[in-house]
Amino acid sequence: METKLFRQFQETIYSEEMSNGLRVYVIPKKEMAKTYAIFSTKYGSIDQQFVPINQQDMVKVPDGIAHFLEHKLFEKEDRDVFQDFSKQGASSNAFTSFTKTAYLFSSTSNVEKNLTTLIDFVQDPYFSDESVEKEKGIIAQEIKMYDDQPDWRAFFGTIKSMFANHPIRIDIAGTVESINKITKEDLYTCYNTFYHPSNMVLCIVGNVEPEAIIKQVRENQANKEFTPMDEVKRGFPEEPSGVAQKELVIEMPVSIPKALVGIKEKDIPTNKEAFAKREWMIDITLDYLFSKSGEAYERLYEEGLIDQSFSSETSLEENFGFSIIGGNSQQPDELANRIKEELLQFSSNPMDEKSFERIKRKKFGQLLRAMNSLEFIANQYSHYQLMDIDFFETAELLEQLTFEEYIEFTNHWIDENQLSVCFVK
Amino acid sequence: MTSITEQVIKEDGCNIHLLHTKKFKTIHISLKFATSLTREDVTKRALLPYVIQQGTKSFPTALKLRGKLDEIYGAVLSIDSSKKGEQAVLTIRMEIPNEKYIQTEESLLDEAISLLSEILYEPKVENNGFDSKIVAREKITLKNKMEALHEDKMSLANTRMIEEMCKDEPYGLRIHGYEEDLETITPENLYEYYQKLLKEDYLDIFVSGDIEDLPIEDKLKKLSTDRKQPELTKPLVTPKSAKPLELVERDDITQAKLHFGYRTNITYDDSDYAALHVFNGIFGGFPSSKLFLNVREKHSLAYYAASRIESHKGLMFVFSGIAPEQYDLAKEIINDQMEQMVQGDFTEEHLEETKEMTINQLKETMDHPQGIIELNYQRVIAKSDVTPETLIKKIKQVTKDEVMTVAKKINQEIVYLLTSKEDADSGN
Repeated sequence: METKLFRQFQETIYSEEMSNGLRVYVIPKKEMAKTYAIFSTKYGSIDQQFVPINQQDMVKVPDGIAHFLEHKLFEKEDRDVFQDFSKQGASSNAFTSFTKTAYLFSSTSNVEKNLTTLIDFVQDPYFSDESVEKEKGIIAQEIKMYDDQPDWRAFFGTIKSMFANHPIRIDIAGTVESINKITKEDLYTCYNTFYHPSNMVLCIVGNVEPEAIIKQVRENQANKEFTPMDEVKRGFPEEPSGVAQKELVIEMPVSIPKALVGIKEKDIPTNKEAFAKREWMIDITLDYLFSKSGEAYERLYEEGLIDQSFSSETSLEENFGFSIIGGNSQQPDELANRIKEELLQFSSNPMDEKSFERIKRKKFGQLLRAMNSLEFIANQYSHYQLMDIDFFETAELLEQLTFEEYIEFTNHWIDENQLSVCFVK
Repeated sequence: MTSITEQVIKEDGCNIHLLHTKKFKTIHISLKFATSLTREDVTKRALLPYVIQQGTKSFPTALKLRGKLDEIYGAVLSIDSSKKGEQAVLTIRMEIPNEKYIQTEESLLDEAISLLSEILYEPKVENNGFDSKIVAREKITLKNKMEALHEDKMSLANTRMIEEMCKDEPYGLRIHGYEEDLETITPENLYEYYQKLLKEDYLDIFVSGDIEDLPIEDKLKKLSTDRKQPELTKPLVTPKSAKPLELVERDDITQAKLHFGYRTNITYDDSDYAALHVFNGIFGGFPSSKLFLNVREKHSLAYYAASRIESHKGLMFVFSGIAPEQYDLAKEIINDQMEQMVQGDFTEEHLEETKEMTINQLKETMDHPQGIIELNYQRVIAKSDVTPETLIKKIKQVTKDEVMTVAKKINQEIVYLLTSKEDADSGN
């Protein structure tokens, strides 16, 4: 077991890599009533083409299968695992993103038992033809619910406008049509490949004894057999650096139209430190311009182009990255043009050093605040570990970031080919 | 549990609640102004949170005010209006990093309290009112907020249901106010109302965090000058005759929203409130509840199906999202689950699990700075002595009979369906 202290945050991380490749991280928080554990695999909606375990050739699976698998893993031959957690006083959940699938629970009692339940249910799939068919109805309802949500449609529309071929274009849940093609065999293929311990991370944060927890996981894993496996070979189509289409219009009934501008990230650093710094620099820039204390936000607000729904967000991963900025507006075309204008002007005329330091302060405060949450710590820690980055180190990189580095970044960040717009009206 | 202690100090002008805990890396300050919810004032109270965030005397624009917040390490300011039973509550929150984690010369706490005081007592004014430009613009912001309700179909269905169910009661009012009121609101009458609110509303100040060694009490007095604490009216429970209403409305929607409204006739201070919590847990509060299991899992009818209790007026709501053509079947199954609760058709095991989960949920809420404050505020509104800790003890003792007794007290009052426009004959 290794320990690592991050003095500034007064947090210690205990970790161990199991002999089957599973990485376990424990962050004790003794004052809290609760413990939160999250078991994640580096497998999400974008992992559509890959070489299955013990095979040679690349296969392609139906859209939405990672999310489908997430649903099905809770169901066993004789029971639903949700009920097991309930019986043990825990609440459990799961989610699928573009790049990962995660299973989690939180509880204030029976932590040890719940942790065993979590590990065992994820490592013991049961898929049958009958249960796969039944799930199709439930997921179809979920997809329809998303179809009724203009914000979700707008978000995905913007992604589609940015990416021509990359599977991030695909809705995480798939379509009613694509999920109907999923078979039990497909699920096993994906499961056996991506749920190998060496592709997974387990993170536990809360009211726990780290030594005891790690020992428990070690013993649990020693009782299970896994064929050794190299890193999964994944296939991604060629993706141009510019956006796929400059403009996309979605027609659906909304009381106020929406305009979102997408920024497609190019030249994503492969170096871990540079990657983490890039994330901070994008974050600082969007904050400076578009947060509620943002320069551009103020102007757009004064011009009557935006309301409270206006926001920006960034997602940076190893093989794609984007930011989305926008919200509701009675003048969506004007809003989109103004956002693009602000972005392009910024790249030739960025912020001064004083603003840079102010926003760094703000980001540090935000980070401290977020660390009140066990979920945040565990989710972030897992997210970065799946990319072999230590989350607390990324926090330290924020402090080290210099104004010179930042200016260098702004010189190359954006050009017009990186920008697209999605309207809902 | 022992990791939080509450200390209540009754001042002339307010109650100060200090919630000492080492759980957090931040300090959280909340001011809550409460008064009876009325049709006359609801829109003004909805508009105020937007207006007072737009600038103060020394930080006259939203940009300058937000810039100041950034400087105190991204202090977070949030202001909103809500209802707690039939009380209208205006909440002003500020959250700042605890100085322990930051190397800094200045006291962040002093700065935060000064800033809060300025936001409250020295807003940006002209003549005898708020800045007219700000008021005009924030009216649009609020109007957009009102309109946005139509896009969140779950909230829309819930709002419409409550509106019909509590037609002649303050609880039926929309918390975002009414568009027709906006015309009558002027910078002057809004400012006048705000002054009245500051002086006459019932004020509670909460601080949570690692604050043991900080001289916080004196600093807080700055936030409640020149006022006298009024009486808070105890919430009223209005029992209604049980003659369930059925209402179908249509919208551009592919998934129908089927909602139910009930009177529980039980509020926070009642002896069977703990049993009501457990009832809700078995009926529809958790993924292991009857609603989720039978509506979603057994019949694949809905993506979600859940229930929620309201603690101050004595209400309960059921929410479900269904395919429009499944209306009759879903309604039957949901009503059936209720009947099973009355009959005691649930196991001792399910009861014990639910008690544990309910307690788990309360303890988890106390792991959040805002959660601790909201839980303690429940007690203020209910004028009750029941602390969250006492509530947990009571939940542990709830019996099956008590849950069945609660089930019998609950009356269904409305079935509300928001469904698609196409199949006009699905609704009945």
